[in-house]
Amino acid sequence: MRQSKLARRFVIAVPNIWLILFFMVPFLVVLKISLAEPRIAIPPYSPLWDWVDGSIKFNINFENYAYMWEDTLYINAYLSSIKIAATSTLLTLLVGYPMAYTIARAPEPRRSILLLLVVLPFWTSFLLRVYAWIGILKTKGILNAVLLWSGIIDEPLIILQTDIAVYIGIVYTYLPFLILPLYANLVKLDDTLLEASRDLGASRISSFFRITLPLSMPGIIAGSMLVFIPVLGEYVIPALLGGPDTLMIGKVLWNEYFSNRDWPVASAVAIVMLIIMLIPIMILRRAQTKGAEI
Amino acid sequence: MAEELSACERRPWVEATEKPFVRIKGITKMFGDLAAVDDVSLDIYRGELFCLLGGSGCGKSTLLRMLAGFETQTSGAIEIDGQDMTGVAANLRPTNMMFQSYALFPHMSVEKNVAYGLLREGVSKGEAMQRTKDMLSLVKLDGFASRKPHQLSGGQQQRVALARSLIKQPKLLLLDEPLGALDKKLREETQFELIRIQEDLGVTFIVVTHDQEEAMTLSTRIGVMDAGGIVQVGEPREIYETPNSKYVADFIGSVNIFDGEVDVAAPDLMRVNSTEGPIICEPMAGLNAKQKLHIAVRPERIQLSRTPIEATNTMQGMVTEVAYMGNLSVYRVQLAGGQCLKVTAANGLHEENPITWDEAVHIGWSAAASTVLVK
Repeated sequence: MRQSKLARRFVIAVPNIWLILFFMVPFLVVLKISLAEPRIAIPPYSPLWDWVDGSIKFNINFENYAYMWEDTLYINAYLSSIKIAATSTLLTLLVGYPMAYTIARAPEPRRSILLLLVVLPFWTSFLLRVYAWIGILKTKGILNAVLLWSGIIDEPLIILQTDIAVYIGIVYTYLPFLILPLYANLVKLDDTLLEASRDLGASRISSFFRITLPLSMPGIIAGSMLVFIPVLGEYVIPALLGGPDTLMIGKVLWNEYFSNRDWPVASAVAIVMLIIMLIPIMILRRAQTKGAEI
Repeated sequence: MAEELSACERRPWVEATEKPFVRIKGITKMFGDLAAVDDVSLDIYRGELFCLLGGSGCGKSTLLRMLAGFETQTSGAIEIDGQDMTGVAANLRPTNMMFQSYALFPHMSVEKNVAYGLLREGVSKGEAMQRTKDMLSLVKLDGFASRKPHQLSGGQQQRVALARSLIKQPKLLLLDEPLGALDKKLREETQFELIRIQEDLGVTFIVVTHDQEEAMTLSTRIGVMDAGGIVQVGEPREIYETPNSKYVADFIGSVNIFDGEVDVAAPDLMRVNSTEGPIICEPMAGLNAKQKLHIAVRPERIQLSRTPIEATNTMQGMVTEVAYMGNLSVYRVQLAGGQCLKVTAANGLHEENPITWDEAVHIGWSAAASTVLVK
């Protein structure tokens, strides 16, 4: 009895220690830096407290947060990030839902193959795949070559270094994150519910919107959050595929840290981003507990 | 509806006095090489409560699903109320189904579940709500309208499923193991409830069940199915008392079966030589001497006594087991030839010195109680 209790505590302790060590501690470090003043030194920020004559003296500084309000760049970057994240989540959903639905409805042996195909891109480097899109989308790239050759267009489309390229890159990269939870939800759907709906006089389309769609809501929300949250802070895709006009908070963060070397402001930007992300995470948690009830 | 005679009083199947309401004409359903339903023909009349009875995998559910339009027959045709159903989609058929798992929509309240069919039909919201309310009180679920299915007990869910399938006033209601998920006591109560509702509404019911007791209680007629085919169709009493095959006799109630061959098949005497000696039956035409057949005797038709019995067929044996069931006792009697018989006897009040284990007993039954089974 005692041993099993000890074992149980150990099992719970492992993930907790992991979270404290790799999430809580770095978070506190970033929080600490965001409250410091920038300095040209190593490290490039002032200490949060000093020992003066044997007593502690705190130097807590909220300037960095105030500065973010004053310069519209930050607010614009946040708003633009939210817009891009929301739009690409919707696009991913429109592409991913039919795919997840088809996989979930496919007969068993084919289902595993289709799922494998969904996760297959993960086997190559993410960076490499984004670079591949440059090759496809650039002015003299594969896409334009095919469209020009087939006579659909007369002059090459300019897609690369626009927001469209960013959306294409995001939808492509994050599609599996949406498909997998949605598939897990849709595959559990009881076929007899659809039969009951048909039996009561609903057409196939009506049955989908009244039965399948509402019952897959937990999957839709989980998948959407798995896309929305990381896209909000996405750096690589807008940096490689986007143009100078593509404004996202990930890029601003990078510039503050590495071009400006203003670690305190950069940390403040990161903290605010984290708070913005908490909102969708809370929605996700609520949806999950609600889903568990059903 | 009240003045009209119910189907079990009219008994339209005895003489062809009316047109069958549901006609199943030579229907076959193949799954790959396997015939799940094999050339079944069946006529069901208006107002009947018809039970399709059989073990699992006998094709009864497939037959029901073809009536509902969820499966398409490989060959044959189904006619409901004079209309050919071939090619008619499930949502356009005049049938509704009550599913074994109930298939209640988990994200909708009881009220929305029940009103679903009406709203899809284009009935106005006000009328749909009124009819839903009436239907919920018919199944005694007033006050549960806003509950979600998972907040209900199994019996309540069953009644919601029934209400939902009846709300569109279908001509034909198909019920797949309607009482299967309920416990024994609730099942017995619900059986009579189901009959009451069926008679009140005058809807034709086709019930699929594997429970022979349920079929006996509910139905006007029973169709016993085995291996995709209909073995026997008849009223419960007919099926029980004159089964047409060993399979039916064995499936409906408990029975003792003797294997034997015909010794004498005269117009005034019918005698069969069994492993336990000769058995006298009611004379029956169309049998040849030496023909192999089975004799079925129901346990409650056999008398049991310590003293010799005056009966057409008598045997002696030894009691090996006694099970006291309250109203009656079940005895297992070992016969000289090695066969073990099941005998039931009613228990008297304060019976002194009842027959018990390891007692030598006499048993006997009449000629009428021995049913001859050729198949």
